[in-house]
Amino acid sequence: MDLSFSMLSDPELLRMLADGVATTLRLFAGAFVCGFSIALLLSAINLAPSRIVRAVIALYVEYHRNVPTVVQIMVWYFGMPEVLPQAIRLWINQGNTEFSFALIALSLNVSAYYYEDIRSGIKAIARTQIEAARAIGLGAMQALKYVVLPQAVRYAVPPIINRSLILFKDTSLAMVIGVTELTYQVKKIENATFQTFQIFVISTLIYLAICLLISALGAQVARRYPANFKS
Amino acid sequence: MMDFLHTYGMMFLVGSWPNGQVGGFAGTLLLAGLGLGLAFPFALLIGIARTSGIRSVKTVATIWVYTFRSIPLIMIIFWAYFMLPVLTGMEIPPFSTALCAIVVYESAFLAEIIRAGLESLPRGQVEASRAIGLGYFKTLTSIQLPQALSNMIPSLLNQFVSTIKATSIVYIIGVQEATFSAQQINSIELTGTLRTYLILALFYFLLCALLSRLSKVLETHLYNRRMGVAA
Repeated sequence: MDLSFSMLSDPELLRMLADGVATTLRLFAGAFVCGFSIALLLSAINLAPSRIVRAVIALYVEYHRNVPTVVQIMVWYFGMPEVLPQAIRLWINQGNTEFSFALIALSLNVSAYYYEDIRSGIKAIARTQIEAARAIGLGAMQALKYVVLPQAVRYAVPPIINRSLILFKDTSLAMVIGVTELTYQVKKIENATFQTFQIFVISTLIYLAICLLISALGAQVARRYPANFKS
Repeated sequence: MMDFLHTYGMMFLVGSWPNGQVGGFAGTLLLAGLGLGLAFPFALLIGIARTSGIRSVKTVATIWVYTFRSIPLIMIIFWAYFMLPVLTGMEIPPFSTALCAIVVYESAFLAEIIRAGLESLPRGQVEASRAIGLGYFKTLTSIQLPQALSNMIPSLLNQFVSTIKATSIVYIIGVQEATFSAQQINSIELTGTLRTYLILALFYFLLCALLSRLSKVLETHLYNRRMGVAA
């Protein structure tokens, strides 16, 4: 077995690798931002006093939590174009079709988890605290701003960081529909050079490094918002 | 819809069995069940090592856990696909390749569950056991593990659900399971792609939602029992 890392001196291969890393990071960042926004939106909608609305949200969450992410990506990429209005389809096809559908699928998937994390963060706060906040004269919004949210964030941060790490790893699933992210590029480079061992080592180290970096950032955030503020 | 299920229902459930290999959801369950079952003994050792007082043992276990939790399953599958034939000098069937990858991957996650279970026991349990003269291993096997393992059952069930969802990616190396069946059906049918994948999603949904519900029920049951004992 040839074990030289000569591939690292080939600018063409390096460019492919860098492209892959960039696409992976773009997919991750996009899904993180979109997913978190959708989760906040869902949390707001869930306050509506309608049983139907809440049931629809519950179903949305259950679907995304109980169906494998790969299958969700496939439903969007292979299935949804059949039913999407032509205008939207054309608009998506103008750009990078694979990337767009992967982004949609991953955003919706992770939003369900973020939503649950936010919800359980809010639920972890004792009802009596809200009642006490109201009793000392805070309005509903003030109680939310000064009493509920500062605590809820602390409860929700660790699970949200954990889920973001899983999201980062899940971006590799986008390769099944041909998104040119890191794993896809690795397969391409492997086919071009036959230096399987080397390219696997490199890509594994890249995944490891970014995951550990996200963990470290997460630990930093968790330190800023320590959960054990109850004395 | 009924026509579709009539034609392809069996393919979804058992793949090409009994004329060929077991596939479909039977294949998925087999892979997930065997994967988790075989990962358990390794995870037990790693989990115990994570709580060990010996520095080097603890470090090795920690590195193992962090490494395999930071790499996407696809990468581990590719590694297994590439390394197993090199290491054994034999051709390894796809199912065994996927099984090896899943065992390694799940061992890291299970180890964390086991560690959390061990650490959640009150310290007094170990101290009391030492005080009455039981050694390290005796304490582990007759005091810590029996309690920790029964408290862990809901988490283990949740991990089983995660494993079922994770196995959906192994179709890329040609393992016959549910997602593989859907791909096959799709290439026979050529139309109605959305329907095929939604039915696949529905199957996963029912299976995983049922198991998650079961885990919730067990958790409440165990919690009540603990509280009952404490009161």
